[in-house]
Amino acid sequence: MRRPRLPRLPHRRAPARTRAGRQLHGGPFTYAVLSLFTAGSLFPLVWTAVTASRDNARLARTPPPFWFGTRLAENAGTAWTEANMGLALLNTLFVAGTVALGTVVFCTVAGFAFARLKFRFSGALLLLTVGTMMVPPQLSVVPLFMVVAELKWTDQLQSVVLPTLVSAFGVFFMRQYLLEALPGELVEAARVDGASSLRVIWHVVFPVARPAMAVLAMLSFVQAWNDFFWPIIALTQENPTVQVALTGLGRGYVPDQSVIMAGALLGTLPLLLAFTLFGRQIVGGIMRGAVKG
Amino acid sequence: MTATAGTVEEAGAPVPRPPGTHGGARPGPWRSRLYRWDVRYSPYAFIAPFFLFFGAFGLFPLLYTGWASLHRVELAAPDHMEWVGLHNYIRLLDDAFFWNALRNTFTIGVISTVPQLLMALGLAHLLHYRLRAATFWRVALLTPYATSVAAATLVFVLLYGRDYGMVNWALGALGIGPVDWQNGTWTSQFAVSSIVIWRWTGYNALIYLAAMQAVPDELYESAALDGASRRQQFRHITVPALRPTILFTVVVSTIGATQLFGEPLLFGGAGGQKGGASHQFQTLGLYLYEQGWFNFHLGRASAVAWTMFLILLLIAAANMLIARRLRKSH
Repeated sequence: MRRPRLPRLPHRRAPARTRAGRQLHGGPFTYAVLSLFTAGSLFPLVWTAVTASRDNARLARTPPPFWFGTRLAENAGTAWTEANMGLALLNTLFVAGTVALGTVVFCTVAGFAFARLKFRFSGALLLLTVGTMMVPPQLSVVPLFMVVAELKWTDQLQSVVLPTLVSAFGVFFMRQYLLEALPGELVEAARVDGASSLRVIWHVVFPVARPAMAVLAMLSFVQAWNDFFWPIIALTQENPTVQVALTGLGRGYVPDQSVIMAGALLGTLPLLLAFTLFGRQIVGGIMRGAVKG
Repeated sequence: MTATAGTVEEAGAPVPRPPGTHGGARPGPWRSRLYRWDVRYSPYAFIAPFFLFFGAFGLFPLLYTGWASLHRVELAAPDHMEWVGLHNYIRLLDDAFFWNALRNTFTIGVISTVPQLLMALGLAHLLHYRLRAATFWRVALLTPYATSVAAATLVFVLLYGRDYGMVNWALGALGIGPVDWQNGTWTSQFAVSSIVIWRWTGYNALIYLAAMQAVPDELYESAALDGASRRQQFRHITVPALRPTILFTVVVSTIGATQLFGEPLLFGGAGGQKGGASHQFQTLGLYLYEQGWFNFHLGRASAVAWTMFLILLLIAAANMLIARRLRKSH
């Protein structure tokens, strides 16, 4: 332990010598409030698991159950078959994976062009990109639906993948990162060595951009996994993503509450797992994106 | 190394050769021409995939929605369009359910955004202390962000159940009678808002925390030297320094609130597009969905979409005005 510190009275004027800001340790009050909010954040998730492991009769009684029952596997099995959860999970994995990969590659390359290359209208095009970031998705649903219907893509995963394959935010995010992390001289040096543009991308840009690419991939993956509005218009219960399948559950295609909760748990678990594994990186990514944005 | 750097500077300059000077002295005219093409045109190749998708699935639909909103288009035959001018917009302004949805979107937006951002600010302030297990707190507060709208809403529906829900059970233990969370106007709007608050407070707290960490420590140090209390430091240093970030989150949350869709849809259960038996929590997003995919009027749905867009533009303009006013007064 370090040497003992003088006890400090809380809520009194800080002594002139204290260094404030992030130097200060949190007191019991800080931990109490944080614990409260953490409990509030985690409780609905834990309770999803609790209700998913009970049967319907138990959920229709007061007081509500507080601890796990024994029927989790059974309920999950029912959700898996009746609500098409197995197919839904596979579909969502494919959609979110493709979207994350596409977003990262296309946005990095475009972000590099905006950050380090000179071309006509680059300023105007960047402005256009950033400007449309605040256009709500509702504004494009009707024509997208018409196109999808025309192409007979209803029910097919490409109708969900293609419209979300690039993101204006991603381009802006990568540009801001590369402006800082990729010195112009590095690109020039590669050029002088006779490297073609593709070689510059592959051997200079991608290695430098890797941390930001990882962050963008994670953010796009989470977003695509949880995307809701467009998928429930473009897809049906026959070939759903997880969110579409859950919507079906919630609207009473399967009337059993505990099965609904088992489905909700199945649809959330993969991301929660990712959060426990990569939580630090995801938090860092969101905080970095925030400062730049 | 320095010598090479010198030649880099010299060699780098004449790369875009002025026209007329043939690259004869260069290693092979064909290769150098290829190289010049590469330098000149590859930027377009790099932005092309993005703009291809962006144009096809972002920009084009945006404009086409405006076009469709001036037509009668039915869901059954989306390629049959009949020009009706502003008829869809006039019908909209005439529809009591539109105004109802607009009002609901506004009230739900306010009661979900304001507490959410205030709590996020407080949480960020706490997270900014030096903490044991700092990463744990951040990740734990962010977990709701990983939960989908659908999954989150389904749990909350259960929690807010009238007869067997945990919230009413807890209220009953406190001696407060059961509340019909789904059917009351205020109660249902509060319940829907609480789902939004639950999902996004931690996310916003992290954004504020990032901004706080960018505030130089010396500011706090000198304030502490002048005898400013923690609370005064928060009010006079942290909040002003965070003003741009706060404005950013206000704009983003406002956009999110205007588009609110999944939470009320699923909170309504079967027939959720109505937003409750008497449309008491139908938002503009739900109204659009109902018009297009339940009443089969794609043209009118487009008109709703453009109206939402215009409202957002108004809000953005108001935000800019407020921001400018704030900047002037300081």
